[in-house]
Amino acid sequence: MFPLNDNGMISGLLCGVLFGYVLENAGFGSPVKLSAQFKLTDWAVFKVMFTAIVVAAVGLWLLRLGGLLRPDSIAVPQAALVAAAVGGALVGAGFATGGYCPGTSVAGLFSGRLDALVFIVGVLLGTTGFAVFYGAALKSIKSAGLIAEGDTFTDVYGVPEPVVLAILGLALIAVFYFGSWFERRGTGTVTAQQAVEGAR
Amino acid sequence: MSTSEKQGNPKIKPFWSPLAAGIALGLVLLLTFVLSAHGLGASGAATDMVAGVGLKLAPEATRANGYLGPMVAEGSPIGSWMTWEILGVAIGALAAAFMGGRFRVQFDGARSVGTSKRLITTLGGGFLAGFGARIAGGCTSGVGLSGSAALGISAFVFLALFFATGMIVSRLVKGV
Repeated sequence: MFPLNDNGMISGLLCGVLFGYVLENAGFGSPVKLSAQFKLTDWAVFKVMFTAIVVAAVGLWLLRLGGLLRPDSIAVPQAALVAAAVGGALVGAGFATGGYCPGTSVAGLFSGRLDALVFIVGVLLGTTGFAVFYGAALKSIKSAGLIAEGDTFTDVYGVPEPVVLAILGLALIAVFYFGSWFERRGTGTVTAQQAVEGAR
Repeated sequence: MSTSEKQGNPKIKPFWSPLAAGIALGLVLLLTFVLSAHGLGASGAATDMVAGVGLKLAPEATRANGYLGPMVAEGSPIGSWMTWEILGVAIGALAAAFMGGRFRVQFDGARSVGTSKRLITTLGGGFLAGFGARIAGGCTSGVGLSGSAALGISAFVFLALFFATGMIVSRLVKGV
């Protein structure tokens, strides 16, 4: 029965190597490629993310259906909606400003980008700043809007999981359809050649 | 631009298509859930680094800190699953960049916005992302990607605000 609850070194290294390998091959080491998502000229970020979300979510559902995965055994982020909104806005602002997010900055540095190293220093400083200023104000943001009934649409609103998955599938099709529409009208997606040459 | 640049460097292999990369990422994420019971992450490794380095440099202050204190109660979190995973990300990205002929040492964005401005945008962007990730309890990988695959409500709230704010800010600031 899965999950194995293996949080050792080999498990971490294995998942990380594969994650990093896919990130770089997707073009996500390049801040030009990444920030083009917000300029709406290259939708690779959302196409890749939504495809991965649907593949993993359907996979988890099938494993549970087949009795291979214990129910309620997978970590779900707490439904603290205000914290998710404020945090999401700040990470989005940081992504648009710096051209990376915490994970992709590691892919950026290890494809040779020294600006990504500065971004990583910024992430470490931001984390330190949060810890230094962690008090009543930050605690109340973190717990505001918390849904007590559960963390998923199924637990809180009673939406059956196959319905949630079907909506996600439709969202995926919409991302590819509208994304490609924007890409055709824009300056073209960022090629590996352009990404390696760097921002100009 | 030289002729060779116009024709393209044949050593540079193209990126995977978004569909192929997305399916691969989804399978890696599924493997991660099956192995560890949680998804992929990134900013958590930064938190473990800050807590671990803090414990070395300023043990009293770190133990007394309301956020970091509980994380170092049982020793340094360096060596956690998340710190190994981030080391793996570095190795995997390095391998992919070399195998694809895409490894090039550069300060990306220096030519488009200038070195000093690029220093500020990348440092400031990192700060915002690091601070914001601690509020949300994770970043694009941990909450946005993994949380959505686990069908968490907060993950979709995170992604909606991530996208909306990113679009607005990218119109106000030229960061790269």
